[in-house]
Amino acid sequence: MDTNSNKYTFLFAIVMVTIIAGLLSYTATTLKPLQQKNIRAEKMQNILSAIGVDVSRESADAGFDKYIKQQLALKKDGTVDENSKAFELSLKKEIKKDSINQRLPLYIAEKEGKTFYVIPLYGAGLWDAIWGYIALDSDKNTIVGANFDHKGETPGLGAEITTDWFEEQFVGKTLLEDLEAGFAIDNFISVKAVKGGAKAEDLHGVDGISGGTITSDGISDMLQERLARYLPYFKNN
Amino acid sequence: MAEEKEALFSKKNRALLSDPLDDNNPISVQVLGICSALAITVQLKPALVMSIAVLFVIIASNVIVSLLRNLIPSRIRIIVQLLIVASLVILVDQILKAYAYDVSKELSVFVGLIITNCIVMGRLEAFALANGPWKAFLDGVGNGAGYALILVIVAFFRELLGSGKLMGFEVLGHKAKTIAESTGVYALGYENNGFMLLSPMALITVGIIIWIQRSKNRSLIED
Repeated sequence: MDTNSNKYTFLFAIVMVTIIAGLLSYTATTLKPLQQKNIRAEKMQNILSAIGVDVSRESADAGFDKYIKQQLALKKDGTVDENSKAFELSLKKEIKKDSINQRLPLYIAEKEGKTFYVIPLYGAGLWDAIWGYIALDSDKNTIVGANFDHKGETPGLGAEITTDWFEEQFVGKTLLEDLEAGFAIDNFISVKAVKGGAKAEDLHGVDGISGGTITSDGISDMLQERLARYLPYFKNN
Repeated sequence: MAEEKEALFSKKNRALLSDPLDDNNPISVQVLGICSALAITVQLKPALVMSIAVLFVIIASNVIVSLLRNLIPSRIRIIVQLLIVASLVILVDQILKAYAYDVSKELSVFVGLIITNCIVMGRLEAFALANGPWKAFLDGVGNGAGYALILVIVAFFRELLGSGKLMGFEVLGHKAKTIAESTGVYALGYENNGFMLLSPMALITVGIIIWIQRSKNRSLIED
């Protein structure tokens, strides 16, 4: 057999590609349920870790049921959309819709008799997407926990947003200028990552990351943009 | 046929296994696959997983290519090799995502980079295309193990000196905020060397390994 003829080369390529395509699609389909279970469990772990609960991947489901009392999908005016499920919402897709059609996921958790509000975040870093969860105290103003993650920020610089020292800085910071003045947009300041370091008494600033300014700004913008959307709900509830 | 009479573990075949560990090590002698040796050796565990993944891919692709060596049209042989390696890597990636999710997150892009690992393609082109499946298998084991050996040595020192841990366990004692609260060597004022965690130190560690190896193995020294 002449393995160098054009006919044989084409035939070989076609047969080979078909076999491999079949094999790979079979594997991908069979393993998909397991992979999605992992992704779901990780999402639950992240939500719980924002309120300071650490669960293993295996017990994520049980932990989630125990602490998360309500999962709401909010409309722009702060009312609850009963037709969509908060957990199934993909923030990546929601964020591209206009604000009327966007649904805002909100998780209401209860831990040791106290109520916490967990808000998912999604924004842009320097290279790619950044996301995270932020947990608010029952006053809906004070941050009790935050965790961030990223797709491709620079290790050692922007990727530092996932470290404990960065995340812990957010605890105790507040979103509103003055809690008494209520949840109005002109009273909302959010929290910013400040280049060169925030002052110790600054309730609305944390230290930015040296060498990771654009990622730090991405965090500030993400918090500002996402959290402001929840004000109508917080005002009415 | 002389080849068929050859014992499974003849001297020649044993050399296929042992050569890549020292005389012909893919990393420290041929200086291939350096990219992943720098990137995933911060901790021992991902280095081990990466080694196992590479070992699997290199053995499987070596054997498959060797079995097909008389069927592969030589004009498209590189493409065929790439196709085989790429599919095996996708398989590894999918399996890790399903059964070892944390590890797959940690390895992230590096699993995909096995495709471009010069060791794998190099062995296919230099060995598997010209030898039978058993020899190709041994060659794959040898080279995979040679790669793993260096990776594990580098990761051992980087994790131990960089974060004071091995496989995530605090072997040097616990480091607390103050010296008084610390245990083990940290109570004596020892500090981790954060520089070990950065990639330049991986390169330097590989350099030191090459240095030690050459000082022991005179046959590696060029004139």
